[in-house]
Amino acid sequence: MEEKILELERRIKQLEATKKKDQLSMVIFSGELDKLLAAMIIATGATAMDMEVKLFFTFWGLSALRDKKKRAQKKELTSKMFGAMLPKGTSEVKLSKMNMGGAGLAMLKSLMKKKNVASLDDLLKTAGELGVEINICEMSMGLMGFSKDEMIDYPGLNYCGVGTYLADAEESTVQLFI
Amino acid sequence: MSQEELTAIQADKVVDARGTACPGPLLAAKKAIAEITSGQVMEVLSADEGTKKDIPKWATKKGHEYMGTVEESGFFKIYLRKA
Repeated sequence: MEEKILELERRIKQLEATKKKDQLSMVIFSGELDKLLAAMIIATGATAMDMEVKLFFTFWGLSALRDKKKRAQKKELTSKMFGAMLPKGTSEVKLSKMNMGGAGLAMLKSLMKKKNVASLDDLLKTAGELGVEINICEMSMGLMGFSKDEMIDYPGLNYCGVGTYLADAEESTVQLFI
Repeated sequence: MSQEELTAIQADKVVDARGTACPGPLLAAKKAIAEITSGQVMEVLSADEGTKKDIPKWATKKGHEYMGTVEESGFFKIYLRKA
């Protein structure tokens, strides 16, 4: 009898650990303005819907989180080269379609202003204020040759691995990949 | 609620979110509802078409009462009663 109760208690604990929460978990893989905008609008919108939001930035998505004003210390030559070829921060990311050498990008930015759509910078700032958690894939950081001292100041910027993302995704009612 | 009844409502709090696009009005509504007490009425002004659908969905989720929407020229007045 006692053994059965202990077994049940163990199983309940297990179930509670994987219970779904009112939470959004999203992988941000892309490094283009249109995709990043969509991701951040969904993320901030989700907080309005009272969901907890956990973002996992990986690969090209990381470019948007680089601070244009910060300089990385001590980098290998290949990392330096790779870093120089990739966009540095929100002001340098391009469009995935109709970029047209920057003309399409400029058109979209001017339309966004006209239609009161928040900029990517504003959305990141709002996300920080609303408690959107940003988790950065440590492996991608190494691969892209980015260092922690060149990332933006953001409340609760965490560095982790795929396990953290999976644990977050498992307990989320909504999961997305952009 | 009829349009006449809605127009006659004196809201306890008015949130003017006409200067923002999606998800601005929703964020403004969420912030403002914390500032009123249960049973009080909030009026959200929005120029964003999507908000017309979004606010009732959010209200239903949170248990607030969506009272209705009045369309003015170029914007909407959305009424809610806090749970």
